[in-house]
Amino acid sequence: MDGDHALAEGALAAGCRFFAGYPITPSTETAERFAERAPEVGALFIQMEDELASIAALIGAAWAGQKCMTVTCGPGFSLMTENLGLAAMTETPLVIANVQRGGPSTGLPTLTAQQDMMQAKYGPHGDNAIIALCPDSPQECFDLTVEAFNLSEYYRVPVIILTDETVGHMHEKVVIPPADKIKVVPRNNYSGPKEDCRPYKFDSKGGHPMVRAGDGYNFHITGLVHNEMGYPVMTADQGKIVVTHLMEKINSNADDIIRLEEDQVEGADIVVVSYGITSRIAVKAIQDARKEGIKVGSLRLITIWPFCEKRINELSGKVKAFVVPEINYGQMVREVERCAHGRSEVISVNHCGGAVHDPEVILDAIRKANK
Amino acid sequence: MSTQEIRFSGFGGQGIIRCALITGKALSLYDDKFATMTQSFGPEARGSACAAQLVVSDSRILYPYITHPGILMALSQEAYDKYYSELPDGGVLIVENDLVKLQSEHTNLKLYRVPATRFAEELGNRLFTNLVALGFLTAVTKVVTDDAMKKALPGLVPDRFLKINIKAFEKGYNHGLEAINAAGAAS
Repeated sequence: MDGDHALAEGALAAGCRFFAGYPITPSTETAERFAERAPEVGALFIQMEDELASIAALIGAAWAGQKCMTVTCGPGFSLMTENLGLAAMTETPLVIANVQRGGPSTGLPTLTAQQDMMQAKYGPHGDNAIIALCPDSPQECFDLTVEAFNLSEYYRVPVIILTDETVGHMHEKVVIPPADKIKVVPRNNYSGPKEDCRPYKFDSKGGHPMVRAGDGYNFHITGLVHNEMGYPVMTADQGKIVVTHLMEKINSNADDIIRLEEDQVEGADIVVVSYGITSRIAVKAIQDARKEGIKVGSLRLITIWPFCEKRINELSGKVKAFVVPEINYGQMVREVERCAHGRSEVISVNHCGGAVHDPEVILDAIRKANK
Repeated sequence: MSTQEIRFSGFGGQGIIRCALITGKALSLYDDKFATMTQSFGPEARGSACAAQLVVSDSRILYPYITHPGILMALSQEAYDKYYSELPDGGVLIVENDLVKLQSEHTNLKLYRVPATRFAEELGNRLFTNLVALGFLTAVTKVVTDDAMKKALPGLVPDRFLKINIKAFEKGYNHGLEAINAAGAAS
């Protein structure tokens, strides 16, 4: 199956039973698959009037007790960013897959890109800590969607799957394990005494229960700075408490969240840092470079946000250079630069979108870095 | 075989993408291989150039695109004109006999012609052209087993047309076996 279909299957396997979306190439196949499968598993699929409404419906469904998901790409994701901020502020678990296509604006609807990496984190206004994952294959579209739901449930945070048109439309074998072999974090609903019910706890940790609408508890949800009951408290002091919690529940747990795939990084002179489809293109360049005797390793970012600050910092100074190919004008390369602290050279191999890199271009950058 | 690269090409509506899907499914689910399929994906719907690429390997495929196709199936003139020069010496070129006018004898290639559209029409509908061509490709390249291909069909062709699609596949397959025998006798 293709990556788009695998996203839908991953969602279903993770227990997602609510999908609201608006069709947009190249993500529509996910919605189609979910819509087709929904009646079989008792799930609800709604085609909304637009993307703003789609994510708003998700927020509502999440507080009504459902695990929920939507898919889109750049133009739709832009529309979702306002309510993405609301979801982050209200600590609402939900999963959005962005099957990236060439931008800006409507750009290149049918062609691939990785241009929304920064938007995923910095799109909404205000300080915003989310989790973003980047699959490199249809299999990972399945696996990482399950993981996205698990992270989303545990940390009560929107999780974004940043895939792309190539992976979305690429067909490969996808192994879906039996349900009892798939680790699923169930929705944790509060069930204690009414007087102790708090929809929020600001302690920089995950694992807090949701309160389900209709279960008889009184609580409030707002985008304003709020207290643990959810009621607005518009003071700088409370703002500090809430924002610190939102940021630190992700940042201070980054080691538990971040997943990387490394190949021959130890002892390497050059490390290629890549993600998604580009990491599979880079493989060819890396193999060719090794044939030329260059000691080159591969660091693949499976987790994009939070960024693997610590690992890049550890490697900086030990490696001559980081080579960062990505299908954008240079986005994650800024993060690599920041974390390398000037101790290793950082080389951007950018691309304006619409296609994957020519591996030869990455190979040239590796050669140049090795000089 | 370590890695084999196949390009399926023709015009939109011939079932080119479907060919790659069926072959990829057959290989990865029933022949115990790894296969990665990518396709030209554009707003063009029908009648224009269309291609799908399939990488086949014994081990996990990292680089997902074809770089040195060893097999080209061209079911239209445009597809043939565009892609035949990619083939290396000894490469397999399969063309639709009635739709493709060859630019040379291609003595450096293993050239096979299949009247896929005509065979499909004999079976009642030219929609089966792709399955005739696939059967032919299966016989002459042996990159995938005929058994796996037939197993891969359910779900990828409409249930009510499954039998006739299998028939189309077998017609192409048998013609392919004859073509190999003829080539063997000639050399």
